Amino acid sequence: MGSNAIPQSSNAHLTTPTRLTGAEIIWATLVGEGVTDVFGYPGGAILPAYDALRKFPIHHTLVRHEQGAAHMADGYARASGKVGVAVATSGPGATNLITGIATAMLDSIPMVCITGNVSSKVLGTDAFQEIDITGITLPVTKHNFLVSKTEDIAPALRHAFQIAQSGRPGPVLVDITKDAQQGTAIFDFAAAKPRPYRPHPMLGTDESSLAGAAELIRNAKRPIILAGHGVIESGAMEQIRTLAERAQIPVALTLLGLGGFPASHPLNLGMMGMHGEAWVNHAIQEADLLIACGMRFDDRVTGTTSQYALKAKKIHIEVDPSEINKNIKVDVALVGDLRSVLEDLLPRIPGRDGSAWIKTIEASKGAVAVRDIKNLPDSGHLYAAHVMHDLWRITGGDAIVATDVGQHQMWEAQYFHHEKPRSLITSGGLGTMGFALPAAIGAKTACPDKEVWVIAGDGGIQMTASELSTIVQEGLKINIAIINNGYLGMVRQWQEFFYERNYQSTPLVSPDFVKLADAHGIKGRAVRTRAEVADAVNEARSHSGPFLLNFMVEKEDAVYPMIPAGSALHEMIRRPGKNPLVESPDDK
Amino acid sequence: MLHTFVAYVEDLPGVLTRVASLFRRLNINISSLTVGRSERPGLSRLTLVCDASAEAGHRIRASLFKLENVVDVDDIAQAPSVTRELALIKVAATPENRSQIFELAEVFRARIVDLAPESLMIELTGVESKIEGLIQVLNESEDRILEICRSGKMTMRRGHHTSRVLRAMGAPAEDSANAEPTENFEDRAAVEPE
Repeated sequence: MGSNAIPQSSNAHLTTPTRLTGAEIIWATLVGEGVTDVFGYPGGAILPAYDALRKFPIHHTLVRHEQGAAHMADGYARASGKVGVAVATSGPGATNLITGIATAMLDSIPMVCITGNVSSKVLGTDAFQEIDITGITLPVTKHNFLVSKTEDIAPALRHAFQIAQSGRPGPVLVDITKDAQQGTAIFDFAAAKPRPYRPHPMLGTDESSLAGAAELIRNAKRPIILAGHGVIESGAMEQIRTLAERAQIPVALTLLGLGGFPASHPLNLGMMGMHGEAWVNHAIQEADLLIACGMRFDDRVTGTTSQYALKAKKIHIEVDPSEINKNIKVDVALVGDLRSVLEDLLPRIPGRDGSAWIKTIEASKGAVAVRDIKNLPDSGHLYAAHVMHDLWRITGGDAIVATDVGQHQMWEAQYFHHEKPRSLITSGGLGTMGFALPAAIGAKTACPDKEVWVIAGDGGIQMTASELSTIVQEGLKINIAIINNGYLGMVRQWQEFFYERNYQSTPLVSPDFVKLADAHGIKGRAVRTRAEVADAVNEARSHSGPFLLNFMVEKEDAVYPMIPAGSALHEMIRRPGKNPLVESPDDK
Repeated sequence: MLHTFVAYVEDLPGVLTRVASLFRRLNINISSLTVGRSERPGLSRLTLVCDASAEAGHRIRASLFKLENVVDVDDIAQAPSVTRELALIKVAATPENRSQIFELAEVFRARIVDLAPESLMIELTGVESKIEGLIQVLNESEDRILEICRSGKMTMRRGHHTSRVLRAMGAPAEDSANAEPTENFEDRAAVEPE
């Protein structure tokens, strides 16, 4: 990229208004917004932009499918906190982005997608590869733009960056016609600045709400902090920790909140919800105060809402006013950026003795030594939990892990303990299979010095396995762990529990993933016993290039505990006695 | 319950789709929608009426505000306000039976705005029930309604009200912004013939 750029002019046009083509304006605006990496796939309607790319200090990762581009931009944003950028051509290029855009929308990820479109003269005529992508993406973007004039490109893109990052973040799509890319206009980066950011008018953290929240916290006997993705998005890790430590309040995390509060912290209860541990969900049901921070009471977290935490008052600190009282009625709403709300709230929170409540929860956990599966005897079976556990131990929990969706995702959340924010990259809201591999490519691009692992099932990996070539072309050191049980595991588990073991369409024939890796020039190894796990993980880590591990795990293992959809939080399906992965003496 | 939202939106392509799409996603039918220019350059004012649960009002308003092109939203279901609708009604009428329609128009304070040998057009402004009333009377009489065109509801708060939001955004507003009208005017034009 360095040799392709024009060093003397690459930044001059950011300060001096210059006549440029629309194509050049796209990249010049991105450079001005601090973009260094984009993920994309060229095609007819975006070709003028690609033609101009070599003049700008932006690294382009060629993907194998545009869905991959969107997931990579998403993974890039989740790992770095910066805006991820995906580029695609019109028609099928644009429609292929949609699953990735929706994934980012549901998880509030700042992302800008740029698509080419046919010339403005033929818009709406069903021209070759023309599609109404702004119409299609309207419900899955925070906002989108259709740009048909060269002079509108820079203002639209700068506005898109503002929208993507502000308030509750989200994806923005900018569709730019081919003639707008080909025309010229005076590029004035400063003048293209969007209007000042308009905070949502229904934000509100007035004196009485803050005082009310503080009083609820002071008087609570059994409080719990529910920490969600907002902790990470808002950068409120320190504030949450201060609140928890000062008032001695235990913290339960949502899936996307993992890493927002250190897993090893004595006040960390772990993940709540459908596959959260029994003591966490029981504690929520017994609590007399829930302090919900940057989370939205998703149905995977609450179980049936009519039975959810009935004994508890609720404080909801949330940046999006439309989330207040949406799923769960709350007593005090503090609507604003989590970090600044907590900073306003903390001076009102005195030290507090929470030991009795913490002891009650601790007692319900049972002995930690029993839960540590390292201490369990080798039964000859390889369980996914072993893989997660060993990966966590061997990497010191310091890697960035990107997961797909399903059983392996939940096992990862249960057994890989995340100490730091942005270390778990997973599709929570939309639950997108095929997310892990491309998202990891984005994460590795954003954080080249970090160890990055893909953890995916044998089903999900095949949805986007073509991106293995992208890893090779980009020369990325990414390790891939496939949790291979020969089934679409989570669906099979639902069939086992709720559909009388009618395993319709869930047994899965897969290629030999090690040979598949080999065909891509990626080294690989199959792992069939628990004894091999550590050695295999170490081999993958020490190998200089990408490495694929195919873990052949127990076929019909299930994720426990589990709250059946529509049941109350305390109505969990517990681990069966025969399962060697007993987590607690409580789990009979 | 019936919700009435008044919103200021940017006068740009696609904005109406974004607003309508929000209701579509919630599977809420929009029963009436009027849009036109407002006192603020570049902004259109719309009045949107829909039937939704009482709790939905807060969320709909909050969600409308999340749309980038929406500048202000007011939920005025319960507030003192004036609501009007405009209707154009074309009735089959010959020179022989016109006079009874003229009388009817008089009673409803409607105007005849077009006269043709075989038809005439009535313009009527008022609340929904007044317009429904005239239509019912026309249906019950011998007169044949050929066409009806109704504008949908337009609503404005009474008194010197400017929304909290507008004031927070620095729009000009008086101190008496939230004051209720001192005199509770009867909705004069809404007086209906029995």
